[in-house]
Parts: sequence; structure tokens; C-alpha cells
Amino acid sequence: MSEEQDMITDIEVPINLKYNFTAGAAATRFLTQVKKGVLTGQRCPECAQVYIPPRGSCPACGCATEEEVELADKATVQSFTIVSIPIPNNPIQPPYIIANLVADGANISFLHLISECVNEDVHIGQRVQAEWKPEEEWTHAMDNIRYFKPIDEPTVPVDMIGKLPVTGLEG
Amino acid sequence: MTDIAIVAYQQSDCVSDAGATNEVELIMPVLQRTFAQAGLTNAQDVDFVCSGSCDYQQGAAFAFVLGVDALGAVPPIKESHVEMDAAWALYESILKIRMGHAESALVYGFGKSSPGELPIVLSQQLDPYYLAPLWVDTISLAAMQARMMLDQGLITERDMAEVVARSRRNAKSNPHAQVNGDVSADDVLAEETYVSPLRRSDCCPVSDGACAIVIATVEKAKEWGKPYAVIKGMDHRIESHNMGMRDITDSQSTRLAAAAVGVNDGRVDVAELYAPFSHQELILSKALGLGEETSINPSGGVLAGNLLMASGLARVGEVFNRIVAGEAERGIAHATSGPCLQHNMITVVEKA
Ligand SMILES: [Zn+2]
Repeated sequence: MSEEQDMITDIEVPINLKYNFTAGAAATRFLTQVKKGVLTGQRCPECAQVYIPPRGSCPACGCATEEEVELADKATVQSFTIVSIPIPNNPIQPPYIIANLVADGANISFLHLISECVNEDVHIGQRVQAEWKPEEEWTHAMDNIRYFKPIDEPTVPVDMIGKLPVTGLEG
Repeated sequence: MTDIAIVAYQQSDCVSDAGATNEVELIMPVLQRTFAQAGLTNAQDVDFVCSGSCDYQQGAAFAFVLGVDALGAVPPIKESHVEMDAAWALYESILKIRMGHAESALVYGFGKSSPGELPIVLSQQLDPYYLAPLWVDTISLAAMQARMMLDQGLITERDMAEVVARSRRNAKSNPHAQVNGDVSADDVLAEETYVSPLRRSDCCPVSDGACAIVIATVEKAKEWGKPYAVIKGMDHRIESHNMGMRDITDSQSTRLAAAAVGVNDGRVDVAELYAPFSHQELILSKALGLGEETSINPSGGVLAGNLLMASGLARVGEVFNRIVAGEAERGIAHATSGPCLQHNMITVVEKA
């Protein structure tokens, strides 16, 4: 037999595939509005829940959501994490807060950052509002909002989170 | 064994580019029509749901999970997924029913093939150590298979062209087909070669779309009072990943699966074969022992439109359609996966 060879224990096989990604009809309408500085959801014709960002369907009922609903840029903290560990290639320096926020008028949360706050004071039910970038920087992206920052409104009781009207806590 | 009834089948049109439409938006109208056909409201009315799709087509991880948004999943439904053609989701659903864990099931498949470079995307189905790193695309592998068949005198280019001509002609009566028309074998032979010896029309088109089926125990189907056909058997076999380890001019796995379900124990009125390339239909017909009495791919088959990850299930649906329409009494549906007919499944469907 041949001379002894080193055992090969792994190989590197990089995969590079190109895709022409499209957001989908519902998400396209949402992103078009975000470019104008407006947050929009879609309402389910059966259960009346409002979804943001909308995907064209109510996942609970399995029916198409067509009705567009303009939402407030005020929101309530549903849950949050204080991130202390840097993530490779992420430009945001820790510690920072990533949160599930429910916009007024919507029933489901989206992910965004909370800033201009004392991290240790952030809490579930806290009221926050969008801090938008200057209008000339708006694109088809949720980072037209730099982050959400706390506002001086009373904490929303847990069982009311996701149930506020578009007019907010007092509305 | 418990026979399983097919009570509904619907599909979307095969389109070359669904554009901005996302997966949920592709699936939802098909599901609505399927529920209506079966007399159901939504996925709450069946005991089990199983889908087939492949995240590689979209280039997004866990893309299949988003398909569930089309179902109406609250209160929670029992749901599963195969990273394959939905024909295999049908197989899983049948097992679920036969084990007594469900009496009815919704099976659906969907795919947007248009966003990526599909032949290259599919090259990653090959074994990851020796073949996939070479980036051999699916069309080149099929061309090699066709070349071997031609060189061995098993088929002629005219045989292949005649498959294309018949497919196009049959597809004229299929409202969902992507390509159809009166094309003669001579017209096909006059085309220049694309990846020699394949011409473009020897290759199935790239399609976006979805399809869905509802199955149930025969007792349940009778209760629903809808016309149904019966699945008498289903078998699938797989051959080696390694292209050099099998005879790609033949399909052993199809032959084994066909024997296991008794394809030739009765007359086969209709056969819907998942042959993405014209010469593969010839391999499959031979492996299945199909004769003159069988109408092959009356829908036009996947040469007329290939809803990748839904096309195998669509073959079952096409046979079901013909049986409930009274055009056939017994048919077989074939599904394939992998390069050069690597993995094959045969379903026998009969009149109730
Ligand atoms: Zn709903």
C-alpha cells in the first residue's frame, strides 16, 4: 500500500447563489408607505386584528388582509432584551436594547431598537415613540426610524398591550 | 390497508415569474378553491396539514414556515412539512391517516423558482463532498443522460421531439399550462441545441405557483358527499447520489416502486409522469412498462409547466381530475426528485 497520509477531516465548500428577491405584494405596499414616513398595517376582515408589517394574510384565520390601516408611530414595549455581547458585522455597539414593540392601532409587535433611555429603566408596557431620520434619508426600510425613545405616558397594563387604538393609551 | 380518498385538487397557473407575489399570496387563493371544492371552511376542518417546498428556491431560511400563514392556524392545527415535492407530503399524510392519527388531511406544495438561477440552485442537491462543489447544473446532467441514451441507440432525437410535440398539444386543453401549442417534431428538431443534445423545448420551463389536495378516509369522504377517487398504493425508491454508481439511461427505482404498487396488475388508462426533460419521459414509460392503452401526460406534464415542489403532487391531482371526470378508471402518478431521476415515487389512483 501507499505511504500513510494525513486524515482529511473537513473540506470547505463555499456556496454563492444569486437571487432576485421580491418583498411580496403586501410588504411592497408597507415599504412604499414607510418611505413616506408612515407606518401601515393590514386588518383581517374576520377577526379584525391588525398586522404590521403585513404579509397579505391573517395567520390566525388564513384569509387575505386587504384593508390598509394607518398606525401611529407611538408604541408599547411588549418585551425587550438588553444586548451586552457584540455581534460580528453589526455596527451597533453594545449595550443596546432590542424590543418587540406594538404600534398603537396594531395587534402584533415588530422588532426595533430603544434608545435615549436609561437601559435599566426600560420595562414592559413602557410607552415609546419613533425617532425618525431626516426626511431626505428615507428609503424603503424600517431603519427610516433610527430607534424608539421613551415618552412621558403611563405604563400600559400587560393585558392591554396590543389592544390600544391608533389614538393611543388615552384615546 | 385503508384506502385513502382524494376529494379535492386545485392548482394555480404555471407562470414564469410571479413577480412581487409572495408565497402566502400564491398559496392562499389555491387553498380557498380547494376548501370550497371539498366543502370545507379552512384548515381547521381537516385533522392534519402537510406541505412541500424548498427554501433553496427562495434563498431564505425557514421560508416554508411563512406558508403556514395561509392556513388559519388558530386554534393550533397539526402541521408538518417536507423539504421536497409535496408528493412526499402526501405520502406523509397518508401514513398519518393509516396510523389512525387523522381521518383527513390537506396537502399543499408551492414554489417560486424564478428568483434564483434554478439549474445552479438545483446543483446543490448533489452530494456535498464530490459533486455539488463542481457546480454541475441540472440541465447539463440531463444532457449527459440524453447523450448516453442516444449513443447507446436507446432513443433518437426524433423520439425526444415527439414527446415535446405531444406535450405541447396536450397542454392546449390545460388552462394552467405555461407553454402549449401545435408544434411538430420537425419544428422541434429544427430548433438549435441549447445544452447539446437538449433543445430548449426538451427542457421544462421554470415556473412559479402552488397546488393543493384534500385527502380523507373513504368513510370520511362519503360523509362529505363529494366525488372522490381512491389511492390504492404508493411507493418510493431512491438510487445513489453518485452519478457514476448507477445506470442513468434506466430508472431502477421507478421500476421497483412500480412493482411494489402493482402498476401492471390492471389497465393503466392514464399516467402523469414527472419528466422535466423529454428523454426522461421515455425512460419512465419504459421502466413503468406502459403500453399503447395508456394516455401519457394528457395535461402536457411538466414540459408544459413545472411548479417545482408542487409538480409531483400536481401529477396526482391531474390523475384524480380525470378519474372523477369519468375519463379514466385507473391511473398512475409519478413524482421525481434529484438529478437524472434519482428518487421516484409511484401512486396508483383508481375510480371509487
Ligand atoms: Zn383574522
